[in-house]
Amino acid sequence: MAAVETIEVLTPGPLTTFQDLGRFGYGRYGVPPSGALDTFSLRAANLLVGNKENEACLEITMFGLKIKALRDVAIAVTGGDLLPFYNDKPLSMWVSLILKEGDTLSFRGMKGGCRSYLSIGGGFFLPEVIGSRSTNLSSGFGGLDGRPVKKGDIFTAHLPEPHLETEGRWFPQDLIPRYKSEWRLRVIFGPQDVQFTKKAKTTFCNSYYQVNPQSDRTGIRMTGPIIERRPNVHESIISEGVIPGAIQVPGDGQPIIILVEIVTGGYRKIATVITADLPLLGQIKPGDIVKFEQVSLDKAYKAIREIEERIKRFKEGLLCRPP
Amino acid sequence: MLYDKFQYRIMGDRSVLVELGDEISPEVNRRVREFYAIILENPIEGLLEIVPAYRSFLIIYNPLKIDLFMIKTKMEALKKKIGKIKIPEPKTVEIPVVYGGKYGPDMEWVAQYHKISIEQVIQLHTGTTYQVYMIGFMPGFPYMGELPEGLATPRRETPRTVIPQGSVAIAQTQTGIYPAESPGGWQILGRTPLKLFNPLHSPPTLLEMGDLVQFFSIGEEVFKQWQQ
Repeated sequence: MAAVETIEVLTPGPLTTFQDLGRFGYGRYGVPPSGALDTFSLRAANLLVGNKENEACLEITMFGLKIKALRDVAIAVTGGDLLPFYNDKPLSMWVSLILKEGDTLSFRGMKGGCRSYLSIGGGFFLPEVIGSRSTNLSSGFGGLDGRPVKKGDIFTAHLPEPHLETEGRWFPQDLIPRYKSEWRLRVIFGPQDVQFTKKAKTTFCNSYYQVNPQSDRTGIRMTGPIIERRPNVHESIISEGVIPGAIQVPGDGQPIIILVEIVTGGYRKIATVITADLPLLGQIKPGDIVKFEQVSLDKAYKAIREIEERIKRFKEGLLCRPP
Repeated sequence: MLYDKFQYRIMGDRSVLVELGDEISPEVNRRVREFYAIILENPIEGLLEIVPAYRSFLIIYNPLKIDLFMIKTKMEALKKKIGKIKIPEPKTVEIPVVYGGKYGPDMEWVAQYHKISIEQVIQLHTGTTYQVYMIGFMPGFPYMGELPEGLATPRRETPRTVIPQGSVAIAQTQTGIYPAESPGGWQILGRTPLKLFNPLHSPPTLLEMGDLVQFFSIGEEVFKQWQQ
């Protein structure tokens, strides 16, 4: 398949990496899933430009990325609103549009959320490493040799031309998530909730937690009322597998929501964010306020089906569009 | 101790932790390894990932394809195969380590803590064959035990922000190796020139759960030659 030079990086921003839907099946080797934090936005970005849902996109953190098109290419920007500009005009998000050769695209600030996803029609040409194109920064593999995007990088794409036809596709407004700075995250208690005091569980669900600047793709660290473990239990537990969304509470009683760059851990977890709310975790930024709300498993499954229904409705809409 | 019954603990709406025992021990860990092999031989539709650990494994599944009840039913059925399959023979891996000095910044502290000489720390650390209980924390990091009694050491009170690749370290009754530069709180005794993780190899890690590890001491010269 022909791969052609398509995008040049003018400025990289603080952290821009390639991510897809992640790496699974290698947990026994300590290999974490990595992948896009906001998978909903990644899937939408890919579908808009006619890619498979799992294609690698650029995950842009906060601001600062500026790129130039080296040829005509279909693109879509989804996720957090980082004030994207097309040359010197504001760019519409959640639509497929064409960057013409020489056009620039820049991200100028944070209006809502903190991570944008940029897809290109045809997909970025990158090798799969351990089953995925996602970047694992701490061990330095996947994506672009395991490193963030830097100035002067040139990205190639698979046959972008046929995807130019996707121009004008849009994601229905009513299906787009809203990103604020106060979040309500639905959780299910467990796996070690019984090792916390009754009062701790009430505190956990009735308090507001503020997100710390030390948060990254490994975890969202928060500050708020202390969550106390039972007096007879040790600070750490025997290490075990963990998943993104699990909320661990170390000795200081401050919760950390585990994200995608670890696969085992030795702290007890009071609760776990439901699958339907996981994409939101990618849009929570330092300073934001988080409140946890306990829900039933049934409610959690209903919420997953709703998310999948949104993607399905969008896909069906694409099929119905006249040629 | 091995539990009579599997203990299931839900971790959200898409994963369940299955606990097989209540401690870090060769017996419990062997059972995890055996049951992991059984699941691999009898694939279950809808499972995305299984993460085996000291005394448990975490099953991550696609909740649109399979539910908790089905998983429990399958697990209970597979339990009947325990004792009836051959699990892969563990391999023994010898790992060269340059101990102390700039390669083992916590060596002196550890020796003082146990009131023994650096030589004795090295003797103790190389005098035991360790079992790899699990790979975790980061790609290729082996959690190994047990340290001989005279070498069990608490973690550092303040974790280091940077630990160099290849660092061989201890904490409580365990020993491990950092496959890549990373922050960490274990006490560093030395460094190995071996690569513990290579994403282009299959499997990507030098060590796997169940393997046996024997450390041996090398000088700085040999370490440098090995690196080349």
